[in-house]
Amino acid sequence: MAELNTGGGGGKKGSGKVRSKKQNTKVDLTAMVDLAFLLITFFMLTTTLSKPQVMDLTLPKKDDPDEVKTDMKVDERRTLTVILGANNEIQWFHGLLNNPIAGPKQDTYGGNGVRKKVLQLMQEVPQLTGDPKKGLIVIIKPTKKSTYRNLVDILDEMAISGVETSAIVNDITKEELALLKNPS
Amino acid sequence: MAKVKAQKKAGSTDMTAMCDVAFLLLTFFILTATAKVPSPITVDTPSSTNKTKLEAEKLVTITVGTGDQNVFFDLKDRGVREKMLELMAEKYSQKFTEEEKQQFLFMESFGVPVEGLAQLVKMKISERNEPGVQTGIPFDSINNQLSDWINAARQANVELNPNGEELIFALKGDAKLQYPKIRKIMDILQDNKVNTFDLVTGLRDKDY
Repeated sequence: MAELNTGGGGGKKGSGKVRSKKQNTKVDLTAMVDLAFLLITFFMLTTTLSKPQVMDLTLPKKDDPDEVKTDMKVDERRTLTVILGANNEIQWFHGLLNNPIAGPKQDTYGGNGVRKKVLQLMQEVPQLTGDPKKGLIVIIKPTKKSTYRNLVDILDEMAISGVETSAIVNDITKEELALLKNPS
Repeated sequence: MAKVKAQKKAGSTDMTAMCDVAFLLLTFFILTATAKVPSPITVDTPSSTNKTKLEAEKLVTITVGTGDQNVFFDLKDRGVREKMLELMAEKYSQKFTEEEKQQFLFMESFGVPVEGLAQLVKMKISERNEPGVQTGIPFDSINNQLSDWINAARQANVELNPNGEELIFALKGDAKLQYPKIRKIMDILQDNKVNTFDLVTGLRDKDY
């Protein structure tokens, strides 16, 4: 117990023995404990929150000039091309641009936008190809006018929908640029 | 009639043990906490639903702000940092005194050309973070110091820990950055054979 024993103020009074009085001084620790726990909570929260969240990004190895290039042909029914334009604009099309299966359509970021199409295609593509391993491939094409936020948003969209294969491609054709409202 | 008084018990619990535990935990958290240091630029990172936390000792953070240059470099591991500075000093024929080196080790992210580094190290912390003092590390094709820093960091890490873990690169960019600029930084990273890196983001809900 937190007790402080203070020597009683005895002393001799008159004659006869006077017992020294023992005073028990209890210190109320409740407030101190309250304070300690408050500080603990504060430090716990700030230490975990100060570690930044990260998104892992792995880019393909850069082309080695000496390496022999092997072009991989991909079934066009599997590809969804997403073009990121200025002012948070998205244009997507499924398949090839000159012969699209769906689109091109303008869309927005987020749950009511491009995610619907991505989720729909995630279901449809394995049925189209007849092979569950051959799922959707999303080709992300950011234009010069798009922002870093757009890129992170679309990569996040891939993570939310669980798209296994997506690629950031930097060569955009004129035709693709022409789809955008604000071509750069 | 004699009234029977309900005996009042003083409800005092022994708080000593609780207090001890609380303060022990408090001490632990204070000691493990890392103090937030003022950075020369504030960057508004984009948000994502990703919940992976960044916790690595061997972390290189490249902070990219809006504006012309505004690229800052930070390496946490002190040993690698010292070696990196030596490599860079050699490459750019700069001389750093022992004191300047020590100062550099305790510095946070820096954003000056290597020629101005000695001067920056001498400043007080408050002076370093004043606007206009640190303009960023040059990363254009003629004077690509950012690439050299990345290269030096990797080289220093390999020399110090031949079989150790590799450096982890994190890219902390402002949400309003234009794509070409961030692309350039990613290109520089890739030129140095860093193909996997982390993008620092804020947190947001899944149904945005």
